[in-house]
Amino acid sequence: MAGKRSVIPFGPQHPVLPEPIHIDLVVEDEKVIEAVPSIGFVHRGLESLVTKKDFNDMVYVAERICGICSYGHGYGYVDAIEHIMNIQLPDRCDHIRTILFELSRMHSHILWMGLMADAFGFESLFMETWKIREKVLDMLEAATGGRVIFSILKIGGLRHDVSDEMLKGFLPVLESIEESIRNCENTFLNDTAVMSRLKGIGYLSAEEAARLGCTGPFLRASGVAFDNRLRGYAAYGKIDFDVITSGEGDSYGRCKVRIGEIYQSVSIIRQCIETMPEGEVSVPVKGFPNGEYMTVIEQPRGEACYYVHASGKKFIERMRVRTPTFANVPGLVKTLAGCDLADVPILVVAVDPCISCTER
Amino acid sequence: MRVSKSPWLLHYDGSSCNGCDIEVLASTAPRFDVERFGIINTGNPKHADILLCTGGVNSQNKDVIRQIYDQMPDPKVVLACGICACDGGIFKDCYNILGGTDKVIPVDVYVPGCAVRPEALIDGVVKALEILDEKERAFKKEGKRSLTSSEYKALLEEKAGESETKEDTDASES
Repeated sequence: MAGKRSVIPFGPQHPVLPEPIHIDLVVEDEKVIEAVPSIGFVHRGLESLVTKKDFNDMVYVAERICGICSYGHGYGYVDAIEHIMNIQLPDRCDHIRTILFELSRMHSHILWMGLMADAFGFESLFMETWKIREKVLDMLEAATGGRVIFSILKIGGLRHDVSDEMLKGFLPVLESIEESIRNCENTFLNDTAVMSRLKGIGYLSAEEAARLGCTGPFLRASGVAFDNRLRGYAAYGKIDFDVITSGEGDSYGRCKVRIGEIYQSVSIIRQCIETMPEGEVSVPVKGFPNGEYMTVIEQPRGEACYYVHASGKKFIERMRVRTPTFANVPGLVKTLAGCDLADVPILVVAVDPCISCTER
Repeated sequence: MRVSKSPWLLHYDGSSCNGCDIEVLASTAPRFDVERFGIINTGNPKHADILLCTGGVNSQNKDVIRQIYDQMPDPKVVLACGICACDGGIFKDCYNILGGTDKVIPVDVYVPGCAVRPEALIDGVVKALEILDEKERAFKKEGKRSLTSSEYKALLEEKAGESETKEDTDASES
């Protein structure tokens, strides 16, 4: 006998997800039949600020699109302007930018591990992962001065250099992080209780994930080897790395891919420090940008596009950002339909949603 | 300072960029550990004593903030975390930002910063504990309770009305 349908609201204020998104869950007994997302709680209208702020000052606004992937947002905007203005960056700048990008990817993924642990009710694992994350934040703070928002990027390079001694000092810290992640990985991927909450939950096939336009670790967990870092922006072209995929396509696979990417980031940072060239970290910039450009980069959550249209004035005309979570929402809605009510937090967190990026 | 009980904390992300939110979470994690003060991050407004609001207020979330605030039992304290919650911050000029948290509910402690550092946040929470103690005494002795969001709205409107008439008289005098 089919049960009566009822609607359970999820969010905007919810214990699992600190961010405000509202989902109406249509449930029948314990099964979710349909999920209807509604958004707009974080919409600020940030893109319109380009008409009020100088194109140099916009770097700070771009970094504040989201506090977790802030470095990537700053990078995307700066990269687009630099392409419009035809600025050739020194090699050292590219290498340091890559290191910072990977550090911010590590902090984002470790943060996600904590939220995931919280979602399946493993409080002490949440504490453990966030303890590891503080080490990454210490490195970022030493290099840039900020814990969350770094403001080290500027058009034409970096605001200040990061010394070789400091970078060398990162190597033992990275090693200790790798070791602690290995301990946590054991719990995430081999613990029976955790596995029973993750395996087979929210399955998405490779064809379906690609058809729905999913991106980032969410897509790679379904077995599609797609990573924008292969395009070789910044110093990625000179560095040896593989795309990490997993054939599982469920929440367990999503965990596996993200944990794998933490090790990958450590290896990329090591290579960058080893091959760090000498030289300047910025070039002087004159004049105003004129033209348009679209930058595509790989954020911790997936592909992000930055479109900038400028017409040779102090203020640029239009900036447009397309963020990974926006691309992943159709996939999320698909995995939610037909799941158990108790699995909803896990499925939502498994996408690694960043509502602040999505709504801007 | 007298901390008479273990205050529970409720966090609501207004329209913040997440920067302050992860710092709020980080301050409950081992490095900063507000649980030293008996503080627990709860998800239920009806269990909470301290409301941490991050981010500015926009037209979509103003009623949500009011609702959460009204659901909290007396005595209660509101903390505005980060410069956006204080007055709108870098997003002040955006078309969808009405201003800081104090546009919709009364705020007791303002903690600036972009993003707010956990040390500053903990300092703010400790200040909030003092205010909470004071409010509790007033509540027990005189039955004095915090303003509801609709009372606060009326107060703001009254104030706006007063300053308007004042401006009018100023203009007519000159």
